[in-house]
Amino acid sequence: MKPFDYTRADDLQTAQRALHEGGTVIAGGTNLIDLMKLEVMTPGAVVDISRLDLNDIRDHDGGLYIGAMVTNSDLAADLRVRRDYPVLSRALLAGASGQLRNKATTGGNLLQRTRCPYFYDRDTSCNKRTPGSGCAAIGGELRNHAILGTSDDCVALHPSDMAVALRVLDAQVEIESLDGTRHLRPLDDFYRLPGTTPHIETSLEPGDIITAVVLPKPTGGQQSYRKIRDRASYAFALVSIASVINARDGKIENIALAFGGIGARPWRDTRVEDMMRGQTVDDQLIQKAGDLLLSDARLLEGLEFKADLVHRLLSSTLTEAVQ
Amino acid sequence: MKISMTVNGKTMSGEAEGRTLLSTFLREELGLTGTHIGCDTSQCGACTVHVDGKQVKSCTMFAAEADGAEVATIEGQANADGTLNKVQQAFQDHHGLQCGFCTPGMVMAAVSLLETNAKPSEAEIREHLQGNICRCTGYHNIVKAIMAASGQEVPAVAAE
Repeated sequence: MKPFDYTRADDLQTAQRALHEGGTVIAGGTNLIDLMKLEVMTPGAVVDISRLDLNDIRDHDGGLYIGAMVTNSDLAADLRVRRDYPVLSRALLAGASGQLRNKATTGGNLLQRTRCPYFYDRDTSCNKRTPGSGCAAIGGELRNHAILGTSDDCVALHPSDMAVALRVLDAQVEIESLDGTRHLRPLDDFYRLPGTTPHIETSLEPGDIITAVVLPKPTGGQQSYRKIRDRASYAFALVSIASVINARDGKIENIALAFGGIGARPWRDTRVEDMMRGQTVDDQLIQKAGDLLLSDARLLEGLEFKADLVHRLLSSTLTEAVQ
Repeated sequence: MKISMTVNGKTMSGEAEGRTLLSTFLREELGLTGTHIGCDTSQCGACTVHVDGKQVKSCTMFAAEADGAEVATIEGQANADGTLNKVQQAFQDHHGLQCGFCTPGMVMAAVSLLETNAKPSEAEIREHLQGNICRCTGYHNIVKAIMAASGQEVPAVAAE
């Protein structure tokens, strides 16, 4: 690992100034430290924000305010989360391992990098790692890559389980700018699609820092998180679905679906939800929903299997919701 | 920089660079080589220790992050009279190890499980161990050892 200057931030402004000057902050460090070991990321300055007072979960406008430093373990175990937002608890527990969830934070999870193997291999080209160098994944071995929101420059997948649940719950990210003002940003505006600049992953400006994630008032409905992966534990999603569904007599009254394992960012397609609202769940509707979701999908060689998994996972999710 | 922490109840300090991992600091600066470094990439869990009461992978943490923290390692697990604690003893009794490389991490993970779940089911044990890799035992005897350490009957485990 390249040497760097380590400092511990006593206040948010110290961390923001360091970010503004090109430094990196470390929260849980569960992804950052691995990237630094591999020298994929080589920050000259690392500011530790783990002791800043950003680790409370409190009631907020009927919803929940989750500090950026709340660990994945604490968030998954919170009684309000388990009662009102069980999809979030399940998504968190479907990710990583106990040791990592004890370290990983809410804000850090949102900013984790893709697990595309070419991004981690410095002997190959990667537009995310070295802008303009090309993408070795396209034409290479593809498996844990995206099929939606990709570009000719990048097919990297957003790996988070937590963010998929946050997307289905209409969570917003609270961001503090360098001038001290705070504002809320929906997840879709927070994450940028790769386009021709895959190295720019979020809409954060230099000096911006995530201070919290805010959940709206719970909507009720049946919530679930289903994740298909290569092995039953400690693996990233090949395809996952976070769902919140209100159904009556086999008919969908309201539905929200977010997908992991397929998108350049946690994926949600309101066209699919609009199409299903008021409809009776049957094989035809499930097929139509999957087809609509995947109508813009780019199924490069090696990724065709994801289309089948999406259809099957939609089928089990919708069938269970109306039972 | 100088780093101090309470390790197994004793205040200890040493020198670290910013990039010094907690696992390296424990082994090379404090001489506590019971914490093993297996993969060094957050995968295998051999380096599991407890920091402020929670199990973490010490290769996934800078020593500086643990400055001032309470750290527990495998060296602090035996009873005061030097006998093995109940988890360690159960690993011995049930042959929960072969080469032994993963064992310090397995024991620290198991101790952490039993602190929050005194009578875990077999499924809960297996789920809890998702961050610890063993390449010898196939996990069966590790699961049995943890069942035994929690004072439960040791049945034939799944897939056996």
